[in-house]
Amino acid sequence: MTQKLIVIGAGMATGRMLEHLFDAGADYDVTLFNAEPRGNYNRIMLSPVLSGDKTYAEIVTHDDTWYAAQGVTCRFGERIATIDRAAKTATAQNGDVLPYDKLVFGTGSNPFMIPLPGHDLEGVIAYRDLEDTTRMMDLGPANKCVVIGGGLLGLEAAAGMAARGVDVTVVHIMGHLMERQLDEAAGYLLRRALIDKGITVKCAANSKEILGENGHVRALLLDDGTELPCDLLVMAVGIRPNVQLAQDTGLAVGKGIHVDDQMLTSDADVLAVGECVEHNGAIFGLVAPLYDQAKVAAQTLMGEQAQFVQKEISTKLKVTGCDLFSAGDFADGEGREDIVFRDPARGVYRRLVIENNIVLGAVMYGDTADSNWFFGLIRDKTDIADMRDTLIFGPAYQGGTPLDPLAAVAALPRDAEICGCNGICKGQIEDAIAAGASDLGAIKATTKASASCGTCTGLVEQVLAVTLGDDFVLPAAASICGCTDMTHEDVRRMIKSQRLTSMPAVWQECGWKTPDGCHVCRPALNFYLLADWPLEYRDDPQSRFINERKHANIQKDGTYSVVPRMWGGITTPDELRAIADAADKYMVPTVKVTGGQRIDLLGVKSEDLPDIWADLNAAGMVSGHAYSKGLRTVKTCVGTDHCRFGTQDSTGLGIQLEKELWGAWTPHKLKLGVSGCPRNCAEATCKDIGVICVDSGYQISIGGAAGMDVRETELLIQVPTEQEAINVIKAVTQLYRENAKYLDRIYKWMAKVGLDWIKERVAAEGDALVDRFELSQTIYRKDPWAEHVTQQAERYKPLANLSLEAAE
Amino acid sequence: MTSWIDIAALDDVPQRGARMIKTALGCVAVFRTAEDEVFALDNACPHRAGPLAEGIVHGKSVTCPLHNWVFSLETGEAQGADEGRVATYPARVESGRILLDRTFLQARSAA
Ligand SMILES: Cc1cc2nc3c(=O)[nH]c(=O)nc-3n(C[C@H](O)[C@H](O)[C@H](O)COP(=O)(O)OP(=O)(O)OC[C@H]3O[C@@H](n4cnc5c(N)ncnc54)[C@H](O)[C@@H]3O)c2cc1C
Ligand code: SF4
Ligand code: FES
Repeated sequence: MTQKLIVIGAGMATGRMLEHLFDAGADYDVTLFNAEPRGNYNRIMLSPVLSGDKTYAEIVTHDDTWYAAQGVTCRFGERIATIDRAAKTATAQNGDVLPYDKLVFGTGSNPFMIPLPGHDLEGVIAYRDLEDTTRMMDLGPANKCVVIGGGLLGLEAAAGMAARGVDVTVVHIMGHLMERQLDEAAGYLLRRALIDKGITVKCAANSKEILGENGHVRALLLDDGTELPCDLLVMAVGIRPNVQLAQDTGLAVGKGIHVDDQMLTSDADVLAVGECVEHNGAIFGLVAPLYDQAKVAAQTLMGEQAQFVQKEISTKLKVTGCDLFSAGDFADGEGREDIVFRDPARGVYRRLVIENNIVLGAVMYGDTADSNWFFGLIRDKTDIADMRDTLIFGPAYQGGTPLDPLAAVAALPRDAEICGCNGICKGQIEDAIAAGASDLGAIKATTKASASCGTCTGLVEQVLAVTLGDDFVLPAAASICGCTDMTHEDVRRMIKSQRLTSMPAVWQECGWKTPDGCHVCRPALNFYLLADWPLEYRDDPQSRFINERKHANIQKDGTYSVVPRMWGGITTPDELRAIADAADKYMVPTVKVTGGQRIDLLGVKSEDLPDIWADLNAAGMVSGHAYSKGLRTVKTCVGTDHCRFGTQDSTGLGIQLEKELWGAWTPHKLKLGVSGCPRNCAEATCKDIGVICVDSGYQISIGGAAGMDVRETELLIQVPTEQEAINVIKAVTQLYRENAKYLDRIYKWMAKVGLDWIKERVAAEGDALVDRFELSQTIYRKDPWAEHVTQQAERYKPLANLSLEAAE
Repeated sequence: MTSWIDIAALDDVPQRGARMIKTALGCVAVFRTAEDEVFALDNACPHRAGPLAEGIVHGKSVTCPLHNWVFSLETGEAQGADEGRVATYPARVESGRILLDRTFLQARSAA
């Protein structure tokens, strides 16, 4: 008979346990409670979400469909309040009483908050869940944040916010960072790398009090009297197993909930997994052992024999540009010796702690390529007497003559972990290769290895090289996608030098491995071809993302949003009336003013698109390209027309720029701003191209951004007349179109080629660039709406309607 | 037993493209590959119900427009590390017309 299982906590441990349970075909009726208002997600990936490398959606591990398919009853946002073990019932917060046959605790930990005066002020948070992460992401650049705690978590929080332009200070009580994992020397290198990222690091700093103002945090006061002003204070100083409920339930609890090797608590019908447990005196704070526990718990629930065994664990820091690895025990001690290797110029540091010819601990900074090999020595307690002389240099130097570096990878056992973020070991990658994956993209797609923080990319490639032999060439730079080994730059060069003017020509000449590309390369190729051969190439709608194919933005429910152009942000009562009428007629649920001074009609049905466009066209409006990798908006201020500070007609210039540039496709979206004076009301200095009008002319600057990255523009040139300003902007736009990689905004392209190079090119061939831009505009400056309304409206309707047919 | 019905001309669906048809039990996407094969699949992606007919078609696969899951047009299975499946229906081309199987479409369970 189906047994009832109640799981408390939808965390990383219970998520894995449920997977094992259902994979094994278990017959349980599961109810899953979670205090957070959501299901299982990959908590360790909150750091990439914070830094902007991932979205929350990408780190969800189990979604509604999965729960539904497994028949799990989800009660998210609800806690279990009490448990009656005698009656075998659990009571939810709302009073529901649920009977159970088996109960699993997976309540994780509570972040530890130092009880400093002021710790309960608004704006003092921990770093534990999505809410905390969102608070940090919402902080916004130029704000100040103090992070208390220089351990793994604190540093990831600091680096993530610094990447978003927040002014971050890390306050750490110990003399060096990550003192539990690193020795002083490695801590020093790490500190230097963080300072290079613009993070202020204060070690040996004791916090005394959190100062507030109107109930909100204002600053952190240190022992020595220093005040560190902040808008947000993140405490990341440690965690405590969350055992309150277990304690109230009368289970045996020490530091954590006591469990045996089968993950059973002191009650044989109650199990516990994850950070909330204590096993043989140890508690846990990293996922690797929790995954082992999850597997054992699932087996126990299946009535199988299994045993949880504690293993050595290693640590990596998920901060881009800080290559850091630590494993085992490296404290000083009687009979322990170190081997240390330093290369100050390269910023490389390695230290091994050895006792009786066994490696006990390893710390590596700067070059962690061999870390898995050293970790293997620690875990397997290998006798290193024979290689002691060369040990520190890594696997490549063992056995007298230098070995092929790949030999080290070849020697790794199948269960050696390659990708820490996703817990993927070498064997799984080998299996994926055996099943046909032959490049990095395919490995990522089939196993998710290296698909997260990416620090293991090199290792994955080495596994590929070892397994595939000559069939795999270690790539020098990332290829466009799995369909080719060539980079964007290579392909652009081939298109120009070989005069490739169609997609099949590119696939053929560049040796594409798929018949017709994929959703990653096709949009890129389509752009390259139309930018390079505006006359010969015919745009391919089927190689465009849906937004560009349908000239509207797809929203999460499959409806679209429609944004008409308002040149330079200027509109008229007639246009507003037409927009209002269209909104009424097509029952548009939301009308919103966009950040670029245009009006967005959200929630339009696909079938209504041609009609609403026809109406807007009739009122004289055209597509705003709000969906496109192309010119979107030119934001303006009111300039000399109305403003007492205006030096030039900024609105007029904005309108003219938009009229000349609209319709131009670019590698990524292109936004402009024109301000009438340095007060910069149009925020032109965070646009891709910005103009600040001054008494003596026009300052044109490029490379701003206010999205995932926030950046200020850099000055390209100042010119005296409006016409020159327009020409320079066209020239730089064309240069960007001809050279940048698809999906690089101007600032990313600028970081690669350098502002000086752009200045030179614009000066040297400005006129030719403008000519080529104009030529392309003769073809592409057209209203796609008008074209679709007249020629393609049919395509927006269903191909057939069988709903009546089936009802008969 | 199959009972084929004529849906539309092959050319009504662009190459490497798709169109959607309505049925009483929800929408079905009809795909046409570069090789002029046709496939019929449920239009709703098992991930977050993205409209598959709006995806980019490549080889015998389609990429969902919302979060880039890739599905085989032949089996409806999600490719790569993603897991999920879309229902598929018999479809074929005869003298330039797209034919779907009515009994299959009607037998679709609403679940
Ligand atoms: C930002 C961050 C980065 C990290 N990075 C790494 C890393 O790089 N590598 C690594 O190995 N580890 C990392 N960790 C640690 C790792 O995330 C944890 O070890 C792991 O998530 C613990 O899993 P768990 O299932 O025990 O608990 P959790 O994942 O914390 O889940 C417990 C869940 O139980 C819920 N809960 C608690 N009480 C109740 C109740 N009474 N009723 C219902 N629900 C309840 C909680 O709301 C929570 O959602 C990181 C942690 C954080 C916060
Ligand atoms: S940027 Fe200068 S000219 Fe334009 S509105 Fe602001 S103050 Fe006036
Ligand atoms: S809805 Fe299809 S991938 Fe998310």
